[in-house]
Amino acid sequence: MARSTTKTSKSLVTIAAWTIGFLIFFPILWIVLMSFHTEGDAIKSPFQMLASKWTFESYEAVQTQRGYGKFFMNSVVISVGSTVFALIIGIPAAWSMAFVPGKKTKDVLMWMLSTKMMPAVGVLIPMYLGFKNLGLLDTRTGLVAIMTLINLPLVIWMLYTYFKEIPGEILEAARMDGATLWSEIFYVLTPMAIPGIASTLLLNVILAWNEAFWTLQLTTQAAAPLTQFIASFSAPEGLFYAKLSAASTMAIAPILIMGWFSQKQLVRGLTFGAVK
Amino acid sequence: MGKIVLKSVRKSFGDVDVIPSVDLTIDNGDFVVFVGPSGCGKSTLLRLIAGLEDTTSGIIEIDGKDATSLPPAKRGLAMVFQSYALYPHMTVRKNIMFPLKMAGMEIGEATKRADEAAKVLNLTNYMERKPGQLSGGQRQRVAIGRAIVREPAAFLFDEPLSNLDAALRVNMRQEITELHQQLKTTMIYVTHDQVEAMTMADKIVVLNAGRIEQVGSPMVLYEHPANTFVAGFIGSPKMNLITGAEASKLGATTIGIRPEHLDVVSEGGWTGVVGLSEHLGSDTFLKVSTDAVGTINVRAGGEVQLRHGDKIRLAPQPSKIHRFGADGKAMA
Repeated sequence: MARSTTKTSKSLVTIAAWTIGFLIFFPILWIVLMSFHTEGDAIKSPFQMLASKWTFESYEAVQTQRGYGKFFMNSVVISVGSTVFALIIGIPAAWSMAFVPGKKTKDVLMWMLSTKMMPAVGVLIPMYLGFKNLGLLDTRTGLVAIMTLINLPLVIWMLYTYFKEIPGEILEAARMDGATLWSEIFYVLTPMAIPGIASTLLLNVILAWNEAFWTLQLTTQAAAPLTQFIASFSAPEGLFYAKLSAASTMAIAPILIMGWFSQKQLVRGLTFGAVK
Repeated sequence: MGKIVLKSVRKSFGDVDVIPSVDLTIDNGDFVVFVGPSGCGKSTLLRLIAGLEDTTSGIIEIDGKDATSLPPAKRGLAMVFQSYALYPHMTVRKNIMFPLKMAGMEIGEATKRADEAAKVLNLTNYMERKPGQLSGGQRQRVAIGRAIVREPAAFLFDEPLSNLDAALRVNMRQEITELHQQLKTTMIYVTHDQVEAMTMADKIVVLNAGRIEQVGSPMVLYEHPANTFVAGFIGSPKMNLITGAEASKLGATTIGIRPEHLDVVSEGGWTGVVGLSEHLGSDTFLKVSTDAVGTINVRAGGEVQLRHGDKIRLAPQPSKIHRFGADGKAMA
């Protein structure tokens, strides 16, 4: 009896999981399928999931109209650049908070997290003016700087959590063995925290890649990443669903592929320390 | 060289004085064991010497030079930790070579030294393994190897055998003692296990609540404990500490009698009933309830066949009775 109950509940849970998974995935599926419609099919009512005639015309059109490569490169530079800088700042910061905490360390951590709770639009005007005065508007440098700052609290928090799992005695052993602060971080801490650092890196790249608010506000042409590429197809003269979908598919594909291949690492990193 | 001198060394954490004030001289080549109950400050004292904790006040001299404010790396000491603290991402060879790499030694020379250390510690076949692939004893050997290659002024051991099983602990204990005889380098060893202290030390430092209760060779501590704390702490089974009328008869507040200094006699002495009898073959440990002095431990010969409930008479050997005054200190 007990066994059959377990079997039934297991099946129910499996069905529920697949349903939820499908619902979450549905918008992406919709976009991908839509990108193969003709513009005419895309606005047909009632809506058709599968195209009557499969076509790549929207992909050709968005590539000819805007040029995917430049936006893609900007996205790569901004997301990878900001991640590298966030890690360069974040690793020593997290080290000090995890291994030589002061009385106010917890407060500093909470304060950093609180900045993530603030609506970004609240500081849009000062940030915009600041960027304008510094000549950073529509520059990759500006975008890398702001993405680094935006994601830094999360990076430090994640690294701090991973570093707390590393026994302090190992770092003390390194100190006894003659390691300076930097060699301790470089030769001992970082290699031991590789799973944590890798998942922080991946998550940060994903967040920076997908960030739309600041990239749309602070760029127009030169430093415009893929979020601008998508937005540029939502024109005042009307929505071109198929082209918009093709642009979106092209924008999310790289990060989706990266996420797919690194999911093991991401899950391992995000659950790191959950079970000892 | 490896002479370490502590002058009025004090350590407080906030308002709590963990080490109120310690003066201690450790001579070059000594094997010194810090022993005491949990929380007595022995590990803190070792960490102060290592430089892993800052002193609140006082001076630590290593080979005549003030090392109080030197970072751990500059003190020329090597430490072996309870948890081994090996670098899990490095092979045994890289673990052992790490201190040499940090010292900027040329790789060929560093490899040679690591190989020599591995030979001494029987690790030659495991050099390319990672710590995770080694047993507890092998890991501890790697940790010792990492300490040896530096040729330090002194070795610091922080309860290095606590994570090992009983049989391995005995082996490693002997290996460390042999290593000391071979290297003749100063060693400071922290343990709560008084058997380790008695068997390994040239000099034992008994600590209690951050204070040094007595410093001396194992036999001096055993035969002439300075106070009731040392008397009760050193020796297994514990010394019987007796107060009341029997102590007053000898002009003391407390008298101490080691279990092996009580004889089973046919006349006179204290009468009692055997409560617990443990036959170990070589010895028999008895717990006896007496009318005169309460429950006392007795160590008799292996041939003694007493059992639970047997009535016996016990007499202390007069020359082996330790007398302590009201302040707990030994009386002359």
